[in-house]
Amino acid sequence: MVIYGVALLAICTLVGAFVGDMLGIVLGVESNVGGVGVGMLMLVLIVDALKKRGRLELKTREGLNFWSSMYIPIVVAMSAQQNVVAAVKGGPVALIAGAGVVAVSFLLVPILSKIGQKQRSTEQVTPEYREEPVR
Amino acid sequence: MMDTLVSVFKNNGLVLSFALIGVIMYVSYFLSDKLTRGRVHGSAIAIILGLFVAYLGGINTGGEKGLSDIGIFAGIGIMGGGMLRDFAIVSTAFGASFDEIKKAGVGGVISLFLGVIVSFVFGVIIALAFGYTDAVSLTTIGAGTVTYIVGPVTGSAIGASSEVIALSIAAGLVKSVLTMTFTPFVAKYIGLNNPQSALVFGGLLGTTSGVTGGLAATDPKLVPYGALTATFYTGLGCLLVPSLFFFVMKAFFA
Repeated sequence: MVIYGVALLAICTLVGAFVGDMLGIVLGVESNVGGVGVGMLMLVLIVDALKKRGRLELKTREGLNFWSSMYIPIVVAMSAQQNVVAAVKGGPVALIAGAGVVAVSFLLVPILSKIGQKQRSTEQVTPEYREEPVR
Repeated sequence: MMDTLVSVFKNNGLVLSFALIGVIMYVSYFLSDKLTRGRVHGSAIAIILGLFVAYLGGINTGGEKGLSDIGIFAGIGIMGGGMLRDFAIVSTAFGASFDEIKKAGVGGVISLFLGVIVSFVFGVIIALAFGYTDAVSLTTIGAGTVTYIVGPVTGSAIGASSEVIALSIAAGLVKSVLTMTFTPFVAKYIGLNNPQSALVFGGLLGTTSGVTGGLAATDPKLVPYGALTATFYTGLGCLLVPSLFFFVMKAFFA
């Protein structure tokens, strides 16, 4: 049933929020420490486990798919309720941070691609790697 | 008649917001298609429009909650509030799988972690240069430079002001739009013409819409490789930034 997927998602979100809040208390900060990330991690692990056992039915997936396709619309609604008037005054910081980080990341692409390629080429000489079927 | 309409809207706030956001999405994808030939993704235009209506709302009411300060649009506050936002963000992890990340290899994983760290540090440096000195604001702006999701997730988790959260969304949005538009032009200079460099590219930039849009305009065959690493980027950011990174920031900036 569709609700199974929605419920699974709800449980992961709630456990994540709880773990995040508890971590915040234990660490002595008034914040939720990585709760959303914990929820995501939990969902990936559970979905993986269910898929391997063939227990993730189509209807269950539909419940999860619906909410992940509502993600951008919800982000738009979130944007629509921010204090943009105040933020415009600090606008340049967003422009420079956003533009600068793209430039820096572009520059790092060729450098890191080399690391990857070295790794790939050493892997390729090992016979086990060759025997593995292409997926 | 007008009174009846207003009361229907007020009594159905969340439902009205579904309709309203639906219209915004439609207009955005239409503009994306007609004005930019799909080069700037509809989702990015929709978020820009979202910020724009928040600006209009703020000017009209003098409030701090954008469009949702206008009585009949209060439902926007529910749809885009923390509860449904976190719920929808967690749902995006559906479709990711750790077997997939193994295919990305060591280079892909290094680029993923380095991408989050470099983006965050860069955002923090810029925020410092603009006079922000408190750990909460610095961390939130740094988080926004990771992606426009990590920004607000971090900001509301650690208690940043709505103004700083709006800035963090804007920073992530600029990153996403520039990635979409400039990738095809710089691709040949940064060796972005093979699966390995596309994996690294996805891990470094991480903004899913920017990476997939930029790669699609460069060479559609590269899209799945970039998307493979980018899928994990926001999740990794949501995990690391409001926890480890925030603590490091707290240690440096009281």
